[in-house]
Amino acid sequence: MEEVLFFASALGALGGAVGVIAMRNPFYSVLALIVHLFSLAALFLLLTSAFVAAAQVVVYAGAVMVLYVFVVAYVGEGGESAWEPIPGQRLLAPLLGIALFVELSIAVLSSSLLALGEDGPDVKAGFGDPAAIGRLLLEKFLLPFEAASILLLLAAVGAIVLANRRQEETT
Amino acid sequence: MSIEWYIVLSALLFATGAMGILIRRSPMVILLCLELMLNAGNLALVAFSRMVGNGEGQVFAVIVMVVAACEVVVGLGLIVAIFRRRLPLNVDDLRELRG
Amino acid sequence: MSVSSWAWLVLLFPLLGSIAIGLGFKALPAKVAGVIGTVSIALAFACGIAALVSLLGEDPEARHHASSLWDYASVAGLDIKLGIFVDPLSIFMVLVVTGVSTLIHLYSYGYMQSDEGYHRFFSYLNFFVFSMLLLVLAGNFVLLIVGWAFVGFASYALISFWYRRETATRAGMKAFVINVVGDIGLVLAAFLIFRELGSFDYGTVFERAPEAFATNEWSIVAICLLLLVGAFAKSAQLPLHTWLPDAMEGPTPVSSLIHAATMVTAGVYLIARTHVLFELAPTAADIAAFTGLATLLVAATMALVMTDLKRAIAYSTMSQIGYMIMGVSIGAYSAGMFHLMTHAFFKALLFMAAGSIIAAMANEQNIDRMGGFGKAMRFTSITFVCGALALAAFPGTSGFFSKDEILAFAEARGGMYLIFTVLGYVGAFLTAIYAFRLVFRVLPGKPVPEAQELIDTGHLHHPHGPPVNPATGEEEDTDVGFPGAEHHIAEQSLPMRVAMGVLAVLALVGGLVQIPGVDDVVEKWLDPVWEGSPLAAIHPSLEQDYVGLGIGGFIALAGIGVAYLLYVARPELPGMLERRLRPLHTLFANKWYFDEAIDLLVVRPALAIGRFANRVFERVVVDGLVSGTAETVRGAGGVVRTVQSGFVRSYALLLIAGFAGLALYFLLSSS
Repeated sequence: MEEVLFFASALGALGGAVGVIAMRNPFYSVLALIVHLFSLAALFLLLTSAFVAAAQVVVYAGAVMVLYVFVVAYVGEGGESAWEPIPGQRLLAPLLGIALFVELSIAVLSSSLLALGEDGPDVKAGFGDPAAIGRLLLEKFLLPFEAASILLLLAAVGAIVLANRRQEETT
Repeated sequence: MSIEWYIVLSALLFATGAMGILIRRSPMVILLCLELMLNAGNLALVAFSRMVGNGEGQVFAVIVMVVAACEVVVGLGLIVAIFRRRLPLNVDDLRELRG
Repeated sequence: MSVSSWAWLVLLFPLLGSIAIGLGFKALPAKVAGVIGTVSIALAFACGIAALVSLLGEDPEARHHASSLWDYASVAGLDIKLGIFVDPLSIFMVLVVTGVSTLIHLYSYGYMQSDEGYHRFFSYLNFFVFSMLLLVLAGNFVLLIVGWAFVGFASYALISFWYRRETATRAGMKAFVINVVGDIGLVLAAFLIFRELGSFDYGTVFERAPEAFATNEWSIVAICLLLLVGAFAKSAQLPLHTWLPDAMEGPTPVSSLIHAATMVTAGVYLIARTHVLFELAPTAADIAAFTGLATLLVAATMALVMTDLKRAIAYSTMSQIGYMIMGVSIGAYSAGMFHLMTHAFFKALLFMAAGSIIAAMANEQNIDRMGGFGKAMRFTSITFVCGALALAAFPGTSGFFSKDEILAFAEARGGMYLIFTVLGYVGAFLTAIYAFRLVFRVLPGKPVPEAQELIDTGHLHHPHGPPVNPATGEEEDTDVGFPGAEHHIAEQSLPMRVAMGVLAVLALVGGLVQIPGVDDVVEKWLDPVWEGSPLAAIHPSLEQDYVGLGIGGFIALAGIGVAYLLYVARPELPGMLERRLRPLHTLFANKWYFDEAIDLLVVRPALAIGRFANRVFERVVVDGLVSGTAETVRGAGGVVRTVQSGFVRSYALLLIAGFAGLALYFLLSSS
């Protein structure tokens, strides 16, 4: 059962990813990404990380993707020409992608991690619950938590500054 | 499923995102590919967290999500600003910083 | 006060004079500067006399003192002190130098009176005297070289005194360059001496030399030859003589002091001082003697046909110094120094008289344009004749006794050295001819317009129009000063008359101190210096002396007679002789083509090397290297710059490619 769910989600994720990079219309790429995100949430659930899955759906697919949709709608269509100005890019990019994948896989698979090949230790019932994550956030990782808050503040200020309509700018 | 499946899947998604950055020319889509890579990283983190048995990887993944959100905000703001100034939304055409 | 203290004072006064005049040239009125200059040298002379008296009070064997002020360099085996060496030879030179210098300063006081650079002149002149005294009093080779170099500089400064004149500056440079060649020889000799003997100090060197060297060993011969290079450059002997005639561009007092009486005798002094070394290297001594002889004869021939008054006297100087060099090289040390002294008297006098005549001629120096000054300028003519008589070695004059001393010594030494005697007399004959050639061309005869003006009005002739250099026609620079008609003649200036009068008397009677068989003041005084020298022990017998004197006197009279014949009685003869012997005349008149030879052998190759260095080495190699490096860097930069294409995606490509490469490396290295 688990395998089926895994492969279904994996396919969804992969399909979304390929859709992102392959679709001409950026709006379709956004939609493909949303599919990808949902599939990832499913995978997180399979890994008994409930909170992260929920955060993924709510924050990522919910908020961030909505932002994307808005901007795509505002900016509109972006058709890309077929001609590639950088020589060798179209050839090297897939090669490098494959190389990257192969290397990373080999790096992980041939490492001496003991847990590979196993399902992982048996975890308690509250593993991945919001309570557990919350406790970690407020006890062990308080500093990163606060730093992340400041980062959010900065991003908000930055966004306002960037999007500010200046007086001398003409429409 | 044993962990290595998730790791390999994460690697594959990461490579796909990288390839997308190299190929696509619209800044929007490049940002989307960046999201792909970040999510691949998240998947790996959560998988390792499950492997180790404590929730630290998941906390890391949450923080990564926060960072991704901030980055998206700023990146989209940039795109909007570029669009407002009537510059072409094409990464190849925005190349004034060259030697 | 001890002898050494007097000697230090001798050095101090001219230096102070030079500094005082040099620093105060704006504040001091001209006359005061002249007085300071003259008085400082006179004080030095007085201190020299005091040193002489002190030395006389000592035992002849003990008359040498070394005294040093402080250690100059005392490191790594070197021990050089700022030290002087006072002995009969140095005091002799001091007296000659300061005595004649005082008179010349007196002369300059009047002669240079309306020159723009009056203060500069006296400052340089005082500095020159200081350097010459330093050279003479030096107690070790290093200080000798210091004095040598200073003297060379002073000569350069004074030759190009009127520095806006093209000819003067060129002459100054020529003199300086040739002097530097001599300096190189001297410095190399000093190095070799230090290497072989381990010291620069005179006393130590002369003590150790006989033990350290076998006779005519190559090292001592090399040292002596290098010393000779220095001596010949300074004393204008063949082949380093070409600077002396050109040095006549300087003011007449300069020619009189430096290029007659003092600086050019430095070479003679050097050989006399280092006689110990030369006696160990007879080969070098013989080379020196033959060079002196050759110079003697060649210069005399050149003086025979020279038409420039000052240059003719300059060649005469060269010739007489040839006698001196010959003398000290064959061992006639005292005789050579005696001739140095008498030559200082009569040559300085000749230059002074010539200066007076040239001033009357409004700076025209060509004797073809002169005549009849005997009537126009009585005093100058008389002194001129006195000097010429002494130069020609007329019986009874100073030159008579001193020249014959040398030639008699050569005869006494015998063997090969008889050549020197014979050819020396030939040279004396030529000397008498050219000396009186000058006298008979300038003094008697129909007065030229300038002389006529003097006779009629008593005023000097002033040329009209802007002042021009008579020799080249180049316009003079009145700001800096130039030898113009404002300069003074003896008849109108008391200081000049005093100086010339004293020298005339000395030229005539100065030889009486060393008459063979009667007295030998100079020889007795200088004897302790040559102690232990086998050569100095040779004395010509009284017979040889008297025979020599007789022959010398006869030759002098014969020469004067020939000159009278050629230039007074039968004035058409010189023209005829010139036509008959045209090739000889051309050779002499062109100064035996030495200048051309040096130009061909030295100057042209040097210029060619310079041009080659510029065109090939500098442009191709050096510029190539430097610019080439720059170009390479720029090229490399250009290549690297293409990476900065501005394309974000290519940056990303490079990034990911790099990461992939790195990962591959780590994977491979860890497997």
